[in-house]
Amino acid sequence: MQRTVLLAVSLALAAAVGSALAAPVNYKTPDEVAAFKPGPNLEVVQGNCTACHSSDYINTQPPMKDKKGFWQAEVTKMIKVYGAPIDDADVGKIVDYLAATY
Amino acid sequence: MFDRRDLLRGAGLAAMAATLNSTKALALDTVTLPFVNGERPLVKYPQKRPMIGLTSRPPQLETPFAVFNDGPLTPNNAFFVRYHLSDLPYNLDPDKFTLEVKGKVDKPLRLSLKDIRKMKATEIVAVNQCSGNSRGFFEPRVAGGQLANGAMGCARWRGVPLKAVLEMAGVQAGAKQVTFNGMDGPVSDKTPDFIKALDLDHATDGEVMLAYGMNGEDLPFLNGFPLRLVVPGYYGTYWVKHLNEITVIDNVYDGFWMKSAYRIPDTPNNAIEPGTAPKTTIPINRFTIRSFITSVPDGAKLKAGTVTLRGIAFDGGKGIKDVQVSTDGGKTWASAKLGKDLGKYAFREWKLPVKLAAGAVELKVRATGNGGETQPDTPRWNPAGYLRNVVETVRVSVA
Repeated sequence: MQRTVLLAVSLALAAAVGSALAAPVNYKTPDEVAAFKPGPNLEVVQGNCTACHSSDYINTQPPMKDKKGFWQAEVTKMIKVYGAPIDDADVGKIVDYLAATY
Repeated sequence: MFDRRDLLRGAGLAAMAATLNSTKALALDTVTLPFVNGERPLVKYPQKRPMIGLTSRPPQLETPFAVFNDGPLTPNNAFFVRYHLSDLPYNLDPDKFTLEVKGKVDKPLRLSLKDIRKMKATEIVAVNQCSGNSRGFFEPRVAGGQLANGAMGCARWRGVPLKAVLEMAGVQAGAKQVTFNGMDGPVSDKTPDFIKALDLDHATDGEVMLAYGMNGEDLPFLNGFPLRLVVPGYYGTYWVKHLNEITVIDNVYDGFWMKSAYRIPDTPNNAIEPGTAPKTTIPINRFTIRSFITSVPDGAKLKAGTVTLRGIAFDGGKGIKDVQVSTDGGKTWASAKLGKDLGKYAFREWKLPVKLAAGAVELKVRATGNGGETQPDTPRWNPAGYLRNVVETVRVSVA
């Protein structure tokens, strides 16, 4: 009995969710669990990078031969192309962290 | 216990989930894609089954490859997700949603979803594939989203031809391109908004569609609800999601996402010497032709004897003429039987019974399109990791 009621309720809910012209979507993504690895200048990296993207953007990059050159180019791209407001003084710290940690 | 690699290659995430049931779901927490640094979490988002998580903000989800063996239409809850910018319209209200059509038009429009749904609908079965699909296999490796082969999918899209909407608005003489902007945008106003452009001829070819339906349902939120552009045969970068702004312009759009990003070398095959930089580039456009074995994962152990191989093939819109399979590492080839033709933009299923003798066996598959183009034996390279279509190899051991 109870199971039948529950089923009916969940079907009704499903119908409400499934209807296109009903209510605002209110889409909820799962909690962000990815985190930066421990390393030098970690707090500078957290402060500058996480406003725009999660840390898995960094963690999933392939291992490169010239780590420093690779990460320097990425940080430069973030500043020049995507307009990341990173202080000049922080650029070297971020590159050092990324090259040492990823 | 289950090896993570087996889990991915071994097809049947769903079957495994069912076997393990929820109390032992920990084994489903990660998969390892077959390239260096390929470990990924399996993540569960609303409206989606467990997907391979590439990034969480903005969300990027890859389809577990075993899904492609289930049929030519990729279920909405398994369809890949790719965003560029983190400000998603999580609270959009479909009742208040409007599509604006402006620029070089006689009559600017502001259409509600109801207005669009009242128009004569059309349907098309078409593959959507991320430009960076399979980027993780590039050698030398390149920066960007490190995907295996699961950033593609095929769906039956329902909506209205873009042509019909542009005709309602009345495109003015001298118009050259049409630009498309969605509700998702950057966190910082210094970051270029994601805006794409198509030439007017292409935009009005009658096939480019404003889609609200996908496989008989509304678009899932992460696939562009309530309206997205469908550009059959073209890479996903043009398939703008949450589409709410169409502008007709009388020049060639020079925003970042057309002028600087999503470019391919302007060379034969759009390839260059690995590790070098191209002299000139053009915007990425049509899919290269590809084919896959879906019934047997890499590393599988098979019994000697006859086994029926199955898979899919697709191209940029000419349609698939032939799919050939080799069971001896590419020395000899046999044509497979093609499945139902769902249209020239769709996944084309194929199958072929083959006899396998004991030993290590390299299975290969190669498609040929109606235009005569086929897949190369060695991978072509470009610095952004686009267009991969090398003949794929599945290595199995037969006993």
